[in-house]
Amino acid sequence: MSVQPGAIPPPPSRSLIQRAPDMLLWGGVIALLLIAFGPAEIHKLPLLWSNSDNMRQFGRDFLHPDFSDWKLYVDKMWLTIEIAMWGTFLAIVLAIPLGLLASRNMTPPWIQLPIRRVLDVVRSAPDLVIGTVFIVAVGLGPFAGVLALAVNTSGVLAKLFSEAVEAIDRGPVEGVRATGAAQLHEIIWGVIPQVAPLWTSYALYRFESNSRSATVLGLIGAGGIGQLLFDSLNAFAYTRTSAIVVVIIVAVSLIDMLSQAIRSRLM
Amino acid sequence: MSDAAVLSIRNATKTFGQRRALDDVSLEVRKGEMIALIGPSGSGKSTLLRSISALQTIDAGPGVIVAFDGPVQENGKISPNVRRTRTRIGMIFQQFNLVGRLSLFTNVALGSLGRIGFWRAAFGLWPAETKQAAMAALHRFGVAEYATQRANTLSGGQQQRGAIARALVQKAKIILADEPVASLDPVSARRVMEILRELNQQDGLTVIVTLHQVDYALRYCRRVVALKAGRMVYDGSAEGLTRDRLIDIYGPEFEDVFWEGAPQ
Repeated sequence: MSVQPGAIPPPPSRSLIQRAPDMLLWGGVIALLLIAFGPAEIHKLPLLWSNSDNMRQFGRDFLHPDFSDWKLYVDKMWLTIEIAMWGTFLAIVLAIPLGLLASRNMTPPWIQLPIRRVLDVVRSAPDLVIGTVFIVAVGLGPFAGVLALAVNTSGVLAKLFSEAVEAIDRGPVEGVRATGAAQLHEIIWGVIPQVAPLWTSYALYRFESNSRSATVLGLIGAGGIGQLLFDSLNAFAYTRTSAIVVVIIVAVSLIDMLSQAIRSRLM
Repeated sequence: MSDAAVLSIRNATKTFGQRRALDDVSLEVRKGEMIALIGPSGSGKSTLLRSISALQTIDAGPGVIVAFDGPVQENGKISPNVRRTRTRIGMIFQQFNLVGRLSLFTNVALGSLGRIGFWRAAFGLWPAETKQAAMAALHRFGVAEYATQRANTLSGGQQQRGAIARALVQKAKIILADEPVASLDPVSARRVMEILRELNQQDGLTVIVTLHQVDYALRYCRRVVALKAGRMVYDGSAEGLTRDRLIDIYGPEFEDVFWEGAPQ
């Protein structure tokens, strides 16, 4: 290699002005955390240790789960899973057309953009809020939970589905179009086969997280294991609570493992 | 359009932003012809083929494309009857454009989408006639043994033969092949070109094929049309494509576009 004439140029450095946006960003984050310190009661952190008597009682009971009612727990856990299954299924049925309509490469902007906005709104409403609305509409019980999960999940899945559709290869769709196929046939034969693995994976993933959400929905009276959990917590029956928690953890882990096994086979 | 013409392109212009992809191109294609469309990269070959099957529109204006007896597109608008016309035009792509996760058989059966019932097509309930036609076409091109394999597990040459089988199941009368051999090894490429010639000579199909390799154009096609920067610069016999004309089309490095040696 030939030797270049002249002095070695200095290493790159950034001026204060170039660094200003970074400093502002980090400074802002730190300021926000400081402002939130008081309202979030972070000063109570030491209570974790000083209240140790309470914690010891709680911990002791937790280590002695009372499984005498296990049939009831399993029964309610199954009800929670049933709520999650129907909630997810209804969400998939809604998310397929919505996801296709919300894809940039499928529909013109005047269809795609409004649908996206609607999906954003649906997604931003928490399950619990939607659940309370449905409890007013259809009364206390599992069906309100199913509807709450279906609405929120359809918003999430439609968004994920549309992102998968936007990432497809245009070629096979044109190949199908060139045969003289109708638009619906283009979607069925050109688009769906390309997104099927990803869509299934997303749907399974949502089923996993819905089995957890369905537990929480018990809080507002949507039935299932969640309701049992909160009842026993409110009665300070920690040994029963512990048994219920064990049932929930085992069931949710089993669902996770099962769906992960299916998803890894798909990809 | 004259009696024997199956395809007529008149004054087609297409602009992408500032660039003229097609500049007032007119072309008459008679039934049973096999035409090579040549020209450097970006000369508008693909744009022309894609416009014929209305995979894209040409600019609004006097430009019109007529296939068989109806317009495919005119004044920048795709004809509402385009799907009927498309069923009679088979399209072969450089990247094959099979649906990778579907079996080769299903991909070939898709050729019948345009002529079987709507719901049958939606659910993949292929009529016996489609199934037989698909297997016959796969057998004819030597890929029947891969019928149940997913298309994306097959080699390029096998996929391209599957794509031609799809056009056959479609009962296409015109085959538009857009760089059908550009992604293939030389042996597979020759095989595909020979299949296209066979479809032209034995089955009487009209074939228009865009080619990078000028020697392939000269060997397989009697008529050659050349585009350069969107303009038609040659339309005549393969024999008339002299060294000087090739230099005019491709520039002094024209030998690069031959696979197996340029004419001296």
